[in-house]
Amino acid sequence: MADRHLEPDTPELRARWGNWTWNEVNAKKVPDIIARYPEGRQRSAVMPLLDLAQRQIGAETQTQGWLPIPVMEYIAKELDMPVIRVVEVASFYTMYNLVPVGRFHVQVCGTTPCMLRGSDDLLTACKARGMSKGHNSADGLWTLTEVECMGNCASAPMVQINDDNYEDLTAERLNFVLDELAAGREPKAGTQEPGRHTVEPVGALSTLKQMVSENHDYRGEW
Amino acid sequence: MALADKDRIFTNLYGYQPWNLDAAQKRGDWDNTKAILAKGRDGIIEEIKASGLRGRGGAGFPTGMKWSFMPKEPNSARPGFLVINADESEPGSCKDREIIRHDPHKLLEGALVAGFAMGARAAYIYIRGEYIREAETMFAARDEAYAAGLLGKNACGSGYDFDVFVHRGAGAYICGEETAMIESLEGKKGQPRLKPPFPAGAGLYGCPTTVNNVESIAVAPTIMRRGASWFSSFGRENNKGTKLFQISGHVNKPCVVEEEMSIPFRELIERHCGGIRGGWDNLLAVIPGGSSVPLVPGDQCPDMPMDFDGCKAAGSGLGTAAVIVMDKSTDIVRAISRLSYFYKHESCGQCTPCREGTGWMWRVMERLRTGDAAVEEIDMLQQVTKQVEGHTICALGDAAAWPIQGLIRHFRPELERRIADNVREAAE
Amino acid sequence: MPKVTVDGVELEVPAGATVLQACELAGKEIPRFCYHERLSIAGNCRMCLVEVAPGPPKPQASCALPAAEGQTIRTDSEMVKKAREGVMEFLLINHPLDCPICDQGGECDLQDQSVAYGRGASRYDEHKRAVTEKYMGPLIKTTMTRCIHCTRCVRFSEEVAGVDEIGALYRGENMQITTYLEKAAHHEMSANVIDLCPVGALTSKPYAFEARPWELKKTLGIDVSDATGANIRIDSRGREVLRVLPRINDDVNEEWISDKARYQVDGLTKRRLDRPWIRRDGKLQAATWDEAFAAIAKVKPGASVAAVAGDLLDCETQFAAKKLVGALGSSLLEGRQTGMDYDVSSLAAVNFNSTFAGIETADAILIVGSNVRWEAPLVNVRLRKAVKKGAKVFLVGQQWDTTFGGEFLSEDLSVLGNLPAHVSDALSKAERPAVILGGAALAKGALGAGLGLVGQFNLVRDGWNGFNVLHLAAARMGGLMLGFAQKGGIADLVAAKPKLVFSLGADEMDFAKFSDSIVVYIGHHGDKGAHAADIVLPAAAYTEKAGTYVNTEGRVQFAEKAVFAPGDAREDWTILRALADALGVSVGFDSFDELRAAMVAEVPALGEEGLAAYGSLPAGGGSADGVFGYPIKDFYLTNPIARASEVMQRCSAELLHGEDFAEAAE
Ligand SMILES: Cc1cc2nc3c(=O)[nH]c(=O)nc-3n(C[C@H](O)[C@H](O)[C@H](O)COP(=O)(O)O)c2cc1C
Ligand code: SF4
Ligand code: FES
Repeated sequence: MADRHLEPDTPELRARWGNWTWNEVNAKKVPDIIARYPEGRQRSAVMPLLDLAQRQIGAETQTQGWLPIPVMEYIAKELDMPVIRVVEVASFYTMYNLVPVGRFHVQVCGTTPCMLRGSDDLLTACKARGMSKGHNSADGLWTLTEVECMGNCASAPMVQINDDNYEDLTAERLNFVLDELAAGREPKAGTQEPGRHTVEPVGALSTLKQMVSENHDYRGEW
Repeated sequence: MALADKDRIFTNLYGYQPWNLDAAQKRGDWDNTKAILAKGRDGIIEEIKASGLRGRGGAGFPTGMKWSFMPKEPNSARPGFLVINADESEPGSCKDREIIRHDPHKLLEGALVAGFAMGARAAYIYIRGEYIREAETMFAARDEAYAAGLLGKNACGSGYDFDVFVHRGAGAYICGEETAMIESLEGKKGQPRLKPPFPAGAGLYGCPTTVNNVESIAVAPTIMRRGASWFSSFGRENNKGTKLFQISGHVNKPCVVEEEMSIPFRELIERHCGGIRGGWDNLLAVIPGGSSVPLVPGDQCPDMPMDFDGCKAAGSGLGTAAVIVMDKSTDIVRAISRLSYFYKHESCGQCTPCREGTGWMWRVMERLRTGDAAVEEIDMLQQVTKQVEGHTICALGDAAAWPIQGLIRHFRPELERRIADNVREAAE
Repeated sequence: MPKVTVDGVELEVPAGATVLQACELAGKEIPRFCYHERLSIAGNCRMCLVEVAPGPPKPQASCALPAAEGQTIRTDSEMVKKAREGVMEFLLINHPLDCPICDQGGECDLQDQSVAYGRGASRYDEHKRAVTEKYMGPLIKTTMTRCIHCTRCVRFSEEVAGVDEIGALYRGENMQITTYLEKAAHHEMSANVIDLCPVGALTSKPYAFEARPWELKKTLGIDVSDATGANIRIDSRGREVLRVLPRINDDVNEEWISDKARYQVDGLTKRRLDRPWIRRDGKLQAATWDEAFAAIAKVKPGASVAAVAGDLLDCETQFAAKKLVGALGSSLLEGRQTGMDYDVSSLAAVNFNSTFAGIETADAILIVGSNVRWEAPLVNVRLRKAVKKGAKVFLVGQQWDTTFGGEFLSEDLSVLGNLPAHVSDALSKAERPAVILGGAALAKGALGAGLGLVGQFNLVRDGWNGFNVLHLAAARMGGLMLGFAQKGGIADLVAAKPKLVFSLGADEMDFAKFSDSIVVYIGHHGDKGAHAADIVLPAAAYTEKAGTYVNTEGRVQFAEKAVFAPGDAREDWTILRALADALGVSVGFDSFDELRAAMVAEVPALGEEGLAAYGSLPAGGGSADGVFGYPIKDFYLTNPIARASEVMQRCSAELLHGEDFAEAAE
């Protein structure tokens, strides 16, 4: 994030994005999103709308999307707020991409809990495949980012790729996931530890064993 | 004495069963919520107070008391809001995620109960942006609850109108701080506000607001159903109830587990985590409450009661009960330095000591990691942490300072050894 | 009134005071960077930390903490000293050590406070942060490595100017202050951020490297670029005015001035009239004073003489001219160059009666025919404040970009006789309703209709007068008090066909109507008025003479002389006094003091600083209709000084006409 910056405002950028608008599906979502907030507080919708725009642009460009300046201006207008405030928001939160990213945004968690369980190996594996932090790969497929704790610490180390998390990774398991993605397949998300369901202790459960096979109602035992 | 499954609140913690309304109701959620609301605002608050529930978001503020700060008389010009803190970004913390994706209806029902008790008009659930799938579940569960008449107008047939909205963050740890969260909800950068005024006086949109952690809210309906005395039968005085522990790092089986408060550290690890990797002798240090608290050296851990007072007595804190375990293979300086990087990365930047201090501390930490420093710099770093701690707008400054202070307090010889090695190598 | 104890001394402080204010009342200096009386409280620099009991066992930001009964505050404890040292050190670790080449040097809060509160040597061994430079337009020079992120500039733009274009992007130590897309700051008050910036991050571009503060002579002046009478400080060296800064006057300009007031002064050295000129064979040719006086005497006007006052004049010049014209037997005086002829039998009817501070408290305001942002930027700031407090504003006239919202009702004045129900409703129900008539409304003859609203909405009531006229010329109210107005306006002068016309810096009018008269221009710039004249006498600009000014509120204010006029130019009154001799009449004064005494004897209100009393409002009447344009076509070029200013020309070209000057930041 140290070198986050805005894509320069050039005539080409204006030409490419100056006429951007919501697609039909998203145009219908916008009023619903704004309606989540009290009347006159439409500015609260800036975060969801930036996210929606980034996703739409992602779909349009076959990438994970980003936020060109004219699009931020479009949203500022929609919400009747000064555009500088939109740019402030977009530049503050790390999930808004200020420059184009690849088809797969590989976000390797490098914070201590993941580090303790081998995130170094994951970064090495990514680099061995030609990715480098903060850059898009030449084939446009990958963008590598080292991110801060993603809240999957009990199934660390983990990587978030686009909308899914891959947990309990090793270099080998990560390579498998990346190969699958590159091949256009959808690898199973979540823990990659064989036999593990989510964040329970691996192997024999220490609690709540009845829940595995049935939706047990404990109220009778109260 | 171990917590029995029947006394676990989050019975679908691991998500073996569906999260949906039908399944949740079969597990006991949304069961005659109307009757809970019928106890009235004061009735609910008194029950929660009596249960001894303390906030699960890190600071441990008594939950019932917090709710009682909201205005008694509703004012339609300044409606009250409940903001549910699902920003969970503290390194090591990973419990709210499990509630959201596997037991979202506990949270929604809790939102109604808590919101009603404090006289709020609506709740916003602020979910960290990176919890993408989790937010999808939350949105869907909310829609189910609306469709079933459990939320919205005349919620649960109680005569009370209550809305719940879901708001996604977009990547900023600081938005977990309650006033930063409010700013963020208002469509701004997540920069903490000055206090006073406190949110209960002027919070979201200038209206009375209470911010609570996901777990604090999600346990409320069960406490109401089973009674304060049931909840307070667990844990030591002042540290009551059951609690989600999240154990990561060098244990054999990292996991999230609901246990009784005050459970000794060794028991927690042995019972649920398969012990320390390489055995208890291999334990180097533990960060018991998420990255923001000082580490506890391994030899002081086994008997430590895992509760607010127990961790405090060990010079640390329970925080969110995110237990980060480090064995002797750990580069402890790097482990803490990586946390320093985290705080530098997550500082919102508005106040001077944090904006300038977090970067400075991290840079010195990195040199201490490689030994490329002078011994006096250890003291200087200690002073810098003191210059940050207690001088900032929000507690992120403190959170950045404490892990380093813990490291210096307990591992000073290690820091000095690296410097000496470095000097020796340079001489050779 | 809570009672607090500051460093052992007990005192009472006003309710609502902060701990910082309490400390100041106790005579304790509290260092600060982000706190500013006129901006919202940010509490982010953490320099103002003090120890407060009861409270948590850590220092508190005094700027943000309300003073409360029974507090014990310490500003002198070890905890406080340490806290200040710590914050100071943090502020300096990434700040460049370039004070010797920094324009803020000598008036830098950071420099001063590091000496007073710092610990001396830095212990920071890492690299200092690099920050890319930002372009902020022709007036503001940026050196962003020096920025300490106090956000004063951000808050000023958003809160005071109402033009939300500066922000803090990114976060943490990468936070950067910038205008949107590094475009020029785009409003009339933009350069105030230079004064607000406590360090050398935002400095004055036109003034860059001109001088060090201790070399400057400081003179108390009054701005003449509009009719608000902003209080200014004129900094000069030798004969040159180097810069103009605002002085604090809560009643008038608070702490701000417009960019024009600040930056037109480079025009004071350009296109100056520094010797007399006489038109010979249709061409103005250089002459001596004697030749010029002789040429005027030769006209032998008798009583066929008139004087037109320009917009920038002080009262003394107008009074001297009045005496001269009077001594010759004429009373043909006019200052409304563009032909306006509104009734001036009551000055209350053409005055800004609510006062600037008062208009801030109005709760419903109807603005008729004024682009306030351009005609009186300082009043615009007050309107924004009023709106922030909840006032409703309605406007009649063509749309302009207000900084406070407001509803434009119609471009046609006829709407005054037929206000929409919600507007009448708002004005009727308001506790402090106000009407502001601008120059364009006066020009369209809407004064009577405007006065008609006084009764309709009960604009005058206990402790409140909501009827206001907003003039554009600094000379206007003084001129009206001295009688520079004919019933029919300039047309009366034209009709009288005077042999001799004195044009006192009258640069905004069409002299073609006086083609049969000999026109003597007395002024300072080679602008329109001089070019239309037969004889030109070089006079002093506002910085080059002492004088009395009356602003559009009827506020009498005195200005001092900062520098001498260039070349052969003289102070206006001496020219008029010498002309009396040349024309063989007596004006009754031989010195400036005598002149002033005579003037005050005639119009006593001019002798006393403060609001003049103009009596009660006359009844209104009549109707108005028609559409109109606003008098100012270019904010930056409204007077001869501004038109000569390269800085104002650049602002006009870049900010109003979109010419691209954006350079790679220096
Ligand atoms: C920097 C910082 C980050 C925080 N992050 C979280 C968080 O992610 N989740 C949370 O519940 N509380 C977080 N908190 C604590 C909240 O400010 C607040 O105390 C809490 O949500 C209150 O809920 P509780 O009373 O239910 O514990 C954070 C505090 C700070 C200072
Ligand atoms: S302590 Fe850090 S995160 Fe908190 S307000 Fe200050 S700069 Fe922002
Ligand atoms: S540290 Fe990686 S998910 Fe928590």
